[in-house]
Amino acid sequence: MAILEVKGIEKSFGSAKILKSIDFSLEKGEVMAIIGPSGSGKTTLLRCLNFLEKPDKGSISVNNEVIFDAMDPLTQRESEVRKKRLHFGLVFQNFNLFPQYTVLKNVTLAAELLAKERPDYKQEKKAILKEIQERGKMLLSQVGLSDKLDCYPHMISGGQQQRVAIARALALDPDILCFDEPTSALDPELTGEVLKVIKNLAERNTTMIIVTHEMDFARDVADRVIFMDDGVIVEQGSPQDVFGDPKEERTKQFLARYKKD
Amino acid sequence: MNEVIVIIGRLSESFMLNCKLFILTLLFALPLGMLIAFGSMSRFRPLKWLMRTFVWIIRGTPLMLQLIIIFYGPGLLNMSFSWPSGNSGRFVAATVAFIINYACYFSEIYRGGIESIPVGQYEAGQVLGMTKRQIFFNVTLLQVVKRIVPPIGNEVITLVKDTSLARIIANKEIIMMAGEYSNKGLIWPLFATGIYFLVFVGLLTILLNWVEKKLSYFRV
Repeated sequence: MAILEVKGIEKSFGSAKILKSIDFSLEKGEVMAIIGPSGSGKTTLLRCLNFLEKPDKGSISVNNEVIFDAMDPLTQRESEVRKKRLHFGLVFQNFNLFPQYTVLKNVTLAAELLAKERPDYKQEKKAILKEIQERGKMLLSQVGLSDKLDCYPHMISGGQQQRVAIARALALDPDILCFDEPTSALDPELTGEVLKVIKNLAERNTTMIIVTHEMDFARDVADRVIFMDDGVIVEQGSPQDVFGDPKEERTKQFLARYKKD
Repeated sequence: MNEVIVIIGRLSESFMLNCKLFILTLLFALPLGMLIAFGSMSRFRPLKWLMRTFVWIIRGTPLMLQLIIIFYGPGLLNMSFSWPSGNSGRFVAATVAFIINYACYFSEIYRGGIESIPVGQYEAGQVLGMTKRQIFFNVTLLQVVKRIVPPIGNEVITLVKDTSLARIIANKEIIMMAGEYSNKGLIWPLFATGIYFLVFVGLLTILLNWVEKKLSYFRV
């Protein structure tokens, strides 16, 4: 059963049509890499999934529940959207850590705010906060940053910041974790440590969608690869198929340019 | 010698008016500026343009003129409203003029501070399921504060010295008091007023530096 089903997503900015009817589905535990040239709509697609953009057409279902339908305004109410967002986690290209909080607080903040809505929050406050702290520490050790809990974001490297961002995105236990070019703002030396963390998550069967320009990484970690160009999915399949034996001329062109580099 | 002490006493007493005006202005203009800032960023167009026009008028005309209009305006226009008679009326009118003027300057600083926060900070809060309110108070507010402390500090220091403009509607502030002596040929009290301002601004500078240092543990 598909954990995520995307049907007929379209999105325009002004007269520019960025997404032209996108359909795909994702199985639980599956890792999907989205590749394609700049401006092909990859990032916009991720932003639609995370409700940062509102698609003009189409629907999004998670676990067979329609969480967004362009035809149904009831699915777009602000209060509803906030809860539904938690199906997804998003790791940004520029990390977007909160600069005034420590590494640990960056990871725990959202969970702490969410816990305030729990009916037992007042009685159980201490236990709840302790649990959140413990989970934050566990996640940070998972990304190899146990020794940086009390650092502020500006004190650590870009690669470390991105690993904090990954831990932060995992804190609310999303069904699907999305990455928007997670290593594009990093120099090559720091790229490896972030990719290693993502690979680690893949091995733990985390369901992920990764927009990336790292072709070797996509081939290595993904179960399925989608090649997008000009707002449509040109080709999709296993990494072996898409990288080893692309069917479409456009895919061949794109991959040939990467091989040359 | 006795005369010197008497003069210093009277200068100090009149400087209290400057201090009172300073404190009341800050007390009301800092929050009022926030309201104007939100108004001028409103998605409701008429409110936005009303606020921006208002700020333009207030920042575009001299404070001295605003003091005169606010104090004499009601009487000249035969309005039913009038300021209380005597010194308290002059002081209240001056305070109102200062609050409006400074709230407009503060509002632009707030607006600049809020708009300078990268959109990624809001988006990071959104994807973590935070409400708009939580994003404002838990994510952006402190970053805004850090960014606006230096420009607000500048305005506050300007305000200290601007309080002497209240004399234009005959508030007996320190320079007006000193002026009365210089009219009689005694010049030194006028120079002495400078010391009051210097000391006040010096203390404020120490306070502002302390706040800046307190916020230096993170970078925006």
